[in-house]
Amino acid sequence: MNFDYTFHWRPVFRKLPELLEASLVTLQVSVLSMIIGIAIGLVLALLRIGGPKPLAWVASGWIETARNTPALFQLFFFSFGLGAFGLNLTPYLIVLMGLSFNNAGYLAENFRGGFQAVPDTQLRAARSLGMSSAQAYIRIIIPQVFRIVYHPLTNQLVWAVLMSSLAMIVGFRELAGETQAQAFKTFRIFEYFAVAALIYYVMVKLILGISRLLAWRLFRY
Amino acid sequence: MIEIKELHKYFGDLHVLKGIDLNVEKGEVLSIIGASGSGKSTLLYCINGLEAIQKGEVKVDGVSVHAKETNLNKLRTKMGMVFQQWNSFPHLTALENVALAPRIVKGRSKAESREIARAQLEHVGLNDKIDVYPSALSGGQQQRLAIARALAMEPEYMLFDEATSALDPELVGEVLDTMRLLAEEGMTMICVTHEMGFARDVSDRVAYFHEGVMEEIGPPDQIFNNQKSERTAKFLANVR
Amino acid sequence: MNEPISFFSGFGPKDLWYLAQAAWQTLLISVLSISAGTVMGIFFGWILSESKVVGSITIGFVLDAFRSVPLIIQLVLFYNLFNVIGLAVSPFTAGVIILGVYTSALVANVARGGIESVGKPMRRAGRSLGLSYFQTMRHVVWPIGLRAVFPSWVGVALGVLKDSALVSVLGHPELLKVARDLITRTQQPLLVLAVAGAFYFALSFPISRYAAHLERKWQS
Repeated sequence: MNFDYTFHWRPVFRKLPELLEASLVTLQVSVLSMIIGIAIGLVLALLRIGGPKPLAWVASGWIETARNTPALFQLFFFSFGLGAFGLNLTPYLIVLMGLSFNNAGYLAENFRGGFQAVPDTQLRAARSLGMSSAQAYIRIIIPQVFRIVYHPLTNQLVWAVLMSSLAMIVGFRELAGETQAQAFKTFRIFEYFAVAALIYYVMVKLILGISRLLAWRLFRY
Repeated sequence: MIEIKELHKYFGDLHVLKGIDLNVEKGEVLSIIGASGSGKSTLLYCINGLEAIQKGEVKVDGVSVHAKETNLNKLRTKMGMVFQQWNSFPHLTALENVALAPRIVKGRSKAESREIARAQLEHVGLNDKIDVYPSALSGGQQQRLAIARALAMEPEYMLFDEATSALDPELVGEVLDTMRLLAEEGMTMICVTHEMGFARDVSDRVAYFHEGVMEEIGPPDQIFNNQKSERTAKFLANVR
Repeated sequence: MNEPISFFSGFGPKDLWYLAQAAWQTLLISVLSISAGTVMGIFFGWILSESKVVGSITIGFVLDAFRSVPLIIQLVLFYNLFNVIGLAVSPFTAGVIILGVYTSALVANVARGGIESVGKPMRRAGRSLGLSYFQTMRHVVWPIGLRAVFPSWVGVALGVLKDSALVSVLGHPELLKVARDLITRTQQPLLVLAVAGAFYFALSFPISRYAAHLERKWQS
């Protein structure tokens, strides 16, 4: 075993501002993809529970594809796949749409479970007090569903942050992409990726910590 | 006044209510007894429009419940309903449980609805549980909370669907006492119940349901002591 | 006679064969890393469940780090580390090792849950019958815990099958790498992606079906 490699950390630390800026891009694209994913996931869940047949099938197709193929495969679809239709998206949009597609599929199943976990009798009780269907959902059902899906939601956000690193493969420069670009310029691949790993670790721990704090504030019951 | 005429209800092929005719006057307390599956709970759901009907009519103060043009949400504020499963809203405190509907359905101010809620919680004897979440209440307390929640809408009718059936035996009494209190205050009540003592002591009339038909109706003395129907007598003999 | 080879050519039967071979590589990587990761993960899970303090501070922390860093970063990082320390390993070997360790971090959690799902009273009952510690583990904790967490384990396994696609960053010709190359050559992305997707489906569907079958069998 010949061990003639010397570690050089200084060039990495000099690029730290760039890496930190890129991790903000990571957070941004992850959070945005979560917001889109939540909105679409809710619709998919409701369609799968009780939508008209053809729409329920579309929802099932979306959910099963998102859950049963690699996330990278889904990114390829949004880059090469849409390219076949002459739709050439920017790397940013490819990543955002890919992540949103994946989030929506996973969250839909969480929402479905959440809706099924709130007993029908809650809706009945709310309606018997004269609440409209919309009032009953907004005031009574959704807050309870939200609590049930809160932890899965947090996990999905963590997963989105981790998954966004695939952007490196389609050439978008969030944290992983930026790391790769810098690393191959200087050939300090190990050092750069070690620092990136550390930043990812801190981001994930931050998200989990904030989520725990929020849960403590939100759910008093 | 609640008027029920020739009411038929099906669940698919199952004929659950087979032509019910019944009037309930203001101030009256009516108890409905009968075996499970006799359609008595379904009747309550039909009265406040939580279930659709297939034939006949239900009128509350002259308004047809199942007519298309009826504003059911508004009509339901006239009828409070208490369920077998108490259905407290777990994410709201006792006070919020009671104050929510007056505010968002009747448009009362926040302060007003909290005042109403406080008064009703006191009414059912929960004044020391105002800021507690339902998970910290016993079944009996949750059922009284459900009663307070219904009363906060200032209903003219109260519908009780086996309000004590899901409770542990030692908790039944406190809920029956609350119901008794309401009856004494002159509330119009329809109580589907298995508590024969309550039906006999509190009701003005008692109805016996058998397989979707109202077999017999009359004052408690008739139903419990001088039944006109064989079936009523047989049912009561088995219950005792 | 060989057909004339042009750089851009349509998707042919031969390409289907390429993809099938690549799917075989995906399956191989997955099976190896899931097997190794499961054995290691059960061991780690056992340590975590037995020694709360020491276990969670040492391996608990390391395993948690594996779950908190993107797999693609881990692959590049450790592949380069192997090179740095002069350990010449193929992308395949490196992929299996890294994916295996990653799997063990996920399985450790599942295994700990399984062991803890079998309560202390049940284990004491085993010991009181005169079974040794390892006999109790083998005949009481294992069969009961396994049934409790089997669905979670299947979830992990299916996840690793999908994650194996990332070994493509090391250049190993697994399913998605070959698909990408074929897309560049044939310029028929939809067709190639559809075939690759069908292969993934063909790999994961039988597993989830068999798992569901087993679960039903155990419940009755």
